[in-house]
Amino acid sequence: MKKTSVFLALLLAGCVSAPSDVEISARALQSMKTSFKENGQAKLDRLDQDETQKLCSVAPGGLSKDFAARVEKINAASLVYPADGKLMGDWREGERIAQTGTGMQFSDDPKRPNGANCYACHQLSKSEISFGTIGPSLYHFGKLRGTSEAIQRYTYGKMYNPQAFTACSNMPRFGHNRILTPEQMKHLTALLLDPASPVNQ
Amino acid sequence: MKRLSTSLLGAALAACVALEAGAQSALEEIAKYREALAQGNPAELWEARGEALWKQKRGPKGASLERCDLGKGPGVVQGAYAELPRYFADADRVMDLETRLAHCMVALQGFSAGEVTARPYGDGTRRSDFESLAAYATAESRGARMNVPASHPKEREAFRVGEKIFYFRGGPHDFACATCHGENGKRIRLQELPNLTERADAQRGYTTWPAYRVSQGELRTFQWRLYDCFRQQRFPELKFGSEASIALTAFLAKNAQDGVYIGPAIKR
Repeated sequence: MKKTSVFLALLLAGCVSAPSDVEISARALQSMKTSFKENGQAKLDRLDQDETQKLCSVAPGGLSKDFAARVEKINAASLVYPADGKLMGDWREGERIAQTGTGMQFSDDPKRPNGANCYACHQLSKSEISFGTIGPSLYHFGKLRGTSEAIQRYTYGKMYNPQAFTACSNMPRFGHNRILTPEQMKHLTALLLDPASPVNQ
Repeated sequence: MKRLSTSLLGAALAACVALEAGAQSALEEIAKYREALAQGNPAELWEARGEALWKQKRGPKGASLERCDLGKGPGVVQGAYAELPRYFADADRVMDLETRLAHCMVALQGFSAGEVTARPYGDGTRRSDFESLAAYATAESRGARMNVPASHPKEREAFRVGEKIFYFRGGPHDFACATCHGENGKRIRLQELPNLTERADAQRGYTTWPAYRVSQGELRTFQWRLYDCFRQQRFPELKFGSEASIALTAFLAKNAQDGVYIGPAIKR
């Protein structure tokens, strides 16, 4: 009798196995939904992931080739270029936007234009030594590539939606997610490409 | 032509080296600044206030926190922080230091849960009791090695949920914790970023919180660190003591396993 109950207890213990990866993912999502409150412009819908965000919520290298291709395809479909066909604005405006780190945090004034905060992650000009390294150096970006229409479209498009080119890139989708206006992205395109811009000195 | 391209390449290389040297010397200056700061850390003021609060009879029940169980038995503060977050049977859930302190203030002192968490963070003029109590409790773990338990299923689950949250991308900028803290040797501007998935960096990062934040004139806890990271991620506001905050803390604290706890530290 005693032996049987010990056996039963062991059997029951065996049934309580660790939750599967899928179950843990579901619990993580559930706890995200209950752990935040809206504050100013940052509403709870910011936690609703689109397909790209869902697929990219993995460790680096954790995305299969098929999923990477899928992410690039759905993001490439979202690329929109300015109707007037002009992609180069004023690099001086671009430099200001690149230096500005505020925008869309619950602590930011939603009435002010958003910054692009390029220097947080990229080296751009030689004079600004306070630059980050999460992204590659963009120093001499235009000098190395020229200012052809194809390069302008690539530069603008990469800002509009970097995931159209690189699945799960760390870089925000500035146009796709309406962080920057087309006007701002034109100024940044000029900052990167204009031969007179400090980026190309 | 060949000579020209070689000299161009040389010039470009020299420019790169000069730029890198500029950033390097700036980083060295910042390291010196940090060292100078550490010689008189105002965190001690929070530690002293926290110790007084811990021992003071307060709340409707007129009790001190001296019987509070932080995981090593009622009243044992020394070394407790190095073993948090952990599962507490009396609450049937995993708790970090801040949620456990709140639990004790309710259970022992008779405060309401709402009262207790009304002011988790000080604002420069009005101090938060939490930040003081956390400073005291963590200072009592100085020198202890990080050893977050993983024997209870809920502790193991919290770690795994926290890991998922670490990679959760969301908000208008698509940021996850991992965007900034998932690779070695990265910086935002000149601020070096620990790779919190690697033991050595996770140890360096985790074991220095709470910290006195010079730029804010306040002592900040790990709950605040997460709250402010999510603010910069453009997420909504992380609730104090929320499930996600505890799971994420469990993941990061476990990644810092065996690191010697040296907080409360001082930061820019």
